[in-house]
Amino acid sequence: MPLTDQLRDDILASVPSLRAFAISLSGNGDRADDLVQETLLRAIANIDSFQPGSNLPAWLFTILRNLFRSDYRKRRREVEDSEGNYAKTLKTQPSQSAHLEFEEFRVALDKLPQDQREALILVGASGFSYEDAAAICGCAVGTIKSRVNRARSKLSALLYVDGAEDFGPDNTVRAVIGGNG
Amino acid sequence: MKEVKSQASQPGAPRKQGGLNAEIQARIGHQLRAMYDDVVRQGVPDRFADLVRKLDEPGAQGGGDTDKNNNGRD
Repeated sequence: MPLTDQLRDDILASVPSLRAFAISLSGNGDRADDLVQETLLRAIANIDSFQPGSNLPAWLFTILRNLFRSDYRKRRREVEDSEGNYAKTLKTQPSQSAHLEFEEFRVALDKLPQDQREALILVGASGFSYEDAAAICGCAVGTIKSRVNRARSKLSALLYVDGAEDFGPDNTVRAVIGGNG
Repeated sequence: MKEVKSQASQPGAPRKQGGLNAEIQARIGHQLRAMYDDVVRQGVPDRFADLVRKLDEPGAQGGGDTDKNNNGRD
């Protein structure tokens, strides 16, 4: 369909959540915004292939996710760099203790396999149904459910159960906080 | 706690109550949304609003050649 004013407004309305998804995936604010920009260019260039009445956010998320994955294959993300950059994208800096807990969560999320991380974000944060998330990721609904379950158990293990050994706030988070000034 | 991971990794086996603490799961969900919503609340940066607006104009790269251009025909 042609790029109507309504469609343009709808695309813009999806930008905040596209950015949040991109930052959650890439852990890097600058790269996330590049991903969003590329997503918008692709979406508008291929707007003819969008089915009117279908789920526009899901369509845009699919484009962004595919771009991220092809980009990811080319260059591995730099995990050490990601937390600091992510914190810089936040307008309001959380208090020190909240900030520390936030960084712990961010670091733990980074430790998830990519498949599990994106499934958890799509369902747990973006608010997509399992069916939509499956369509975005190009897999079966059962696969998404399984990935979300595994992501949740792993996060809970990292953060609240056996996190003391391989995920020590004394080391990882202090390095992050310290390195960030 | 390896058992927790392997149990929950089975597709279709809901272990939220047995294998995973519901309170912990609620906390994870809350943190995930807090992280996400922090970015969502920033709204639409100008660069993206400008981008979508400019690409909508006839003659811009991609998407410009719409039936708006037919206005001059009559």
